[in-house]
Amino acid sequence: MRTLDRKWLRELWQMRGQALAIALVIASGVATYILSESTIDSLVYTQRDFYSSTRFAEVFASLKRAPLALAGSIAEIPGVAHSEVRVAAPVKLEVPGFAEVVNGLILTLPDAASGIDRLYLRSGRFPDPDEDDAVVINESFAEAQGLHPGDTVAATINGRLKTLKIAGVVLSPEFVYLLRPGDFFPDYKRYGVFWMNRKPLSMAYGMDGAFNDVILTLAPGATQAAVISRLDRLLGPWGGVGAIGRDDQTSHHYLTEEVNQLRVQATIMPAIFLGVAAFLLNVVIGRLIRQQRETVAILKAFGYGNGAIAAHYLKLVGLIVVVGAVTGTAVGAWLAHGLSGIYSEFFRYPYMHFVLRPQVPLVASGISAGAAFLGTIEAVGRASSMSPAQALHPEPPLVFHETWLERAGARNVLSQGGRMILRNIARRPVKSALTMLGVALACSIVTVGGLFNDAVSYMVDVQFNRSEHADLTVTFTDTTSPRAVSELAGVPGTTKAEPFRFVPVRLRNGNHSYRTAIQGYPTDATLFQLRNTALQPVRVPQSGLLLTDFLARRLDVHPGDRVTIEVLSGARQVVSARLAGVVKEFAGMNAYMSMDAVQRMLPEERGISGVRLRVARGHEQEVYAALRDRPRVAAVTSRAAAMRSFHDLMAQNILIYAAVMLFLAGTIAVGVIYNSTRVALSERAFELATLRVLGLTHREIGYILLGETGLLTLIAIPAGFAIGYGFAAYVAYRLASALYRVPVVLERATLGRAALVIVVATVLSSIYAYVRLGRLDLVAVLKTRE
Amino acid sequence: MFYTRGLRKTYVVGEVKIEALRGIDLEIYAAEFAVILGASGSGKSTFLNILGGLDSATQGEIHYFEHDLSHTDDRELTRFRREHVGFVFQFYNLIASLTARENVAIVTEIAEHPLAPEKALELVGLRERMDHFPAQLSGGEQQRVAIARAIAKNPDVLLCDEPTGALDSETGILVLEALERVNRELGTTTIVITHNVVIADMADRVIKMSDGRIAGITRNAIRRPAHDLRW
Repeated sequence: MRTLDRKWLRELWQMRGQALAIALVIASGVATYILSESTIDSLVYTQRDFYSSTRFAEVFASLKRAPLALAGSIAEIPGVAHSEVRVAAPVKLEVPGFAEVVNGLILTLPDAASGIDRLYLRSGRFPDPDEDDAVVINESFAEAQGLHPGDTVAATINGRLKTLKIAGVVLSPEFVYLLRPGDFFPDYKRYGVFWMNRKPLSMAYGMDGAFNDVILTLAPGATQAAVISRLDRLLGPWGGVGAIGRDDQTSHHYLTEEVNQLRVQATIMPAIFLGVAAFLLNVVIGRLIRQQRETVAILKAFGYGNGAIAAHYLKLVGLIVVVGAVTGTAVGAWLAHGLSGIYSEFFRYPYMHFVLRPQVPLVASGISAGAAFLGTIEAVGRASSMSPAQALHPEPPLVFHETWLERAGARNVLSQGGRMILRNIARRPVKSALTMLGVALACSIVTVGGLFNDAVSYMVDVQFNRSEHADLTVTFTDTTSPRAVSELAGVPGTTKAEPFRFVPVRLRNGNHSYRTAIQGYPTDATLFQLRNTALQPVRVPQSGLLLTDFLARRLDVHPGDRVTIEVLSGARQVVSARLAGVVKEFAGMNAYMSMDAVQRMLPEERGISGVRLRVARGHEQEVYAALRDRPRVAAVTSRAAAMRSFHDLMAQNILIYAAVMLFLAGTIAVGVIYNSTRVALSERAFELATLRVLGLTHREIGYILLGETGLLTLIAIPAGFAIGYGFAAYVAYRLASALYRVPVVLERATLGRAALVIVVATVLSSIYAYVRLGRLDLVAVLKTRE
Repeated sequence: MFYTRGLRKTYVVGEVKIEALRGIDLEIYAAEFAVILGASGSGKSTFLNILGGLDSATQGEIHYFEHDLSHTDDRELTRFRREHVGFVFQFYNLIASLTARENVAIVTEIAEHPLAPEKALELVGLRERMDHFPAQLSGGEQQRVAIARAIAKNPDVLLCDEPTGALDSETGILVLEALERVNRELGTTTIVITHNVVIADMADRVIKMSDGRIAGITRNAIRRPAHDLRW
């Protein structure tokens, strides 16, 4: 080994604590990058593989009822590769040992001939073609309810009770992410998807010789929009509610949003970490080189060239980067593996391909090396460009000035120690600002890490507590006579009943259009509360339309403008309505009208889609039991049960996420604070030892040294909150979609946790520095010059 | 004022044992101006450090009036330095971020009966440059600030380690004049260690050290004023 190499290796060993802290920050950056990229790749690759092996459909349409003969016309639409017509029947289930009603969807088993949306068998078998009561069920439901092949469930289809025998458990590309229509969060216990033979299903649902659902794949080169438009024209007369492409299909949409979220993470987090690492290297290597001024001069006097000197320091930095990158890659891959376990809970794939493309760690290492290079090149350049004679002279004394704070009057209240603290900060404003920024970034990571928990809690609060005031919501199988309201109000235990109406529509403004449902409510509704953009309660207006703010923006309409409504059911009227206002909603894109306005719009179709119920305390089970078996009741959902299941689902995962964030932020906080304290200690040992000799106590010089870090930390915490809020707003902006908009909400507890991480890191680093201060060599000070 | 008996100091550096002091018996009298002369390695700095409470002896006794400094802990030594000792260093050791006045004030703020920082700076002839930062002062001026800082807390003893070591002779004499004046006007016991023989002429007593021992003590019948010295 060359002597110069031995030198940097020894020096690296001497500063191992600092080097390790920097390597950890680099490792965190690399790990978050690998974690995000590898998870994105794994999800995308697994999705693509599963979709292609099961031939996931590309266009989806549902309708009221059409004769099977129409299937031929669908298949002949130019651009359609394969198509399949199905029966989709909502179902109420009784699961043995589970008191509540379970809702479900029964679909026709995929046609072996068309081969679209094939099912992946996890256990058991597929029903034989002549089996009337055999079904396969989706895995998440089977797991949540503990159902196995051979078990039976009682199902009410179209008002008729039927016992279904579970033949097998399956996965479907259509339900990788399974959400009950209208829900925001999955509820595996209370919603299941079943598949059974066409004939018994058609008979049970009154669809013999007919279908009410279409899926199809596109031929190469076909335009989706053209196919959808032809299909809509074909299905319109049969009650078609408008076909959608894969992008709007619920499960696929959620998967896409998840990948988007990961992409946001893949940019923000590594950028923070690597930026901080570059800054730390700048500080630490800068200090090392200043200390080695004379050594550099001597080496150059001996004839070592600039290149050799620069390379010597860069090798030292290089080893730190290598350790960081290798550790980060290993940890990132390990975390990605763990994360795919969490994902398999939400996203039901038969397998999860773990993908770590070799270029991902290479890119991460390359970016880290680049950041490290940028961080150190200035200091290294300074060392190598100095002439030996210049370098042999000590550095000129540091120039200080009174700070503006002192000139503004603080002069009279500050002790000498206080002045030293202020002037040290002011003398190197860039370094002080960057130190502050580094700590603030650590604080901001914890802050933004709390966003999902806080935002989701807030959304749940708005959704379940502030908007939804009904204890039970009853949905009918079909539009029903308004008389049902008084009938349900008469069920013992019910204290209030309010109707609602759903009308599938396409809203249009010029080129912009969106398919949704208009929800009709009585103008004096109290069980469902809409809120304006300031979240103040608003009533549904007597006439005119209310839109979710996000939908109004999407359609580019403002209050007072007119919106075209194409009704997608019944007589398919096309009417125009005035936008009366916008309402704030975090999930979905909805339209609201008064019940009366809906009746005026659809004079031939009076009726209601469901009823919201307020139930006397302690009577919920009783009312529930009275409703669930009524033939026209399609579903009864309980607000309390929905909230419970949501909390069960989120609690654990949010905890894991928060723990990872805390750890990552901790590495930055410790990295920045420990290193700046170390460097300050080294830079000021001479001065502080002098003060000790002059009679200042350990504690007094401790104040001077640690006051600087303390003051910067104190400023950094609120700055970190502000940066965290900025990141949160950016994340929310990037993630806003038709499915949900994350509100920028940060709870006090989150801010408190963020501050705590910083305070703990500061206290630990300070204790370390304080102990080191006790070991200052006072005698050496008298004889050396700095 | 100081009284030492059989003072020994042994350092162990790696596997080498260095005997810096090999039995020092000495008394320092109140208000005297003493110069300790010796080549480098003679043990004079080690001796000064022990007198100032920066280091402790391996063996032997050291008393400051009735206080036994031989067996005291760090806290006691800090208090001793704080209350009784003023230090002047070869490289001034000023705090770069504080002005001349503040460099003095940082010591007067923790002293019991200090001089006003302005008064101390006037004594060393720097009244006009009080609000300058160290980087704006010459070497001699910086050393005089250091002297002002050392005397401002009204110490009983002023310990100066090669105070002119980093200065040219002209500036060095200005610094020595300041020390002379402090000794004369405030009656502060002053101990200067140096290898510059010329400085010995301004002392009451000259203590020669070599090889960790006292090689001889001479008393000057007449102290030469600092401004008459030349080297």
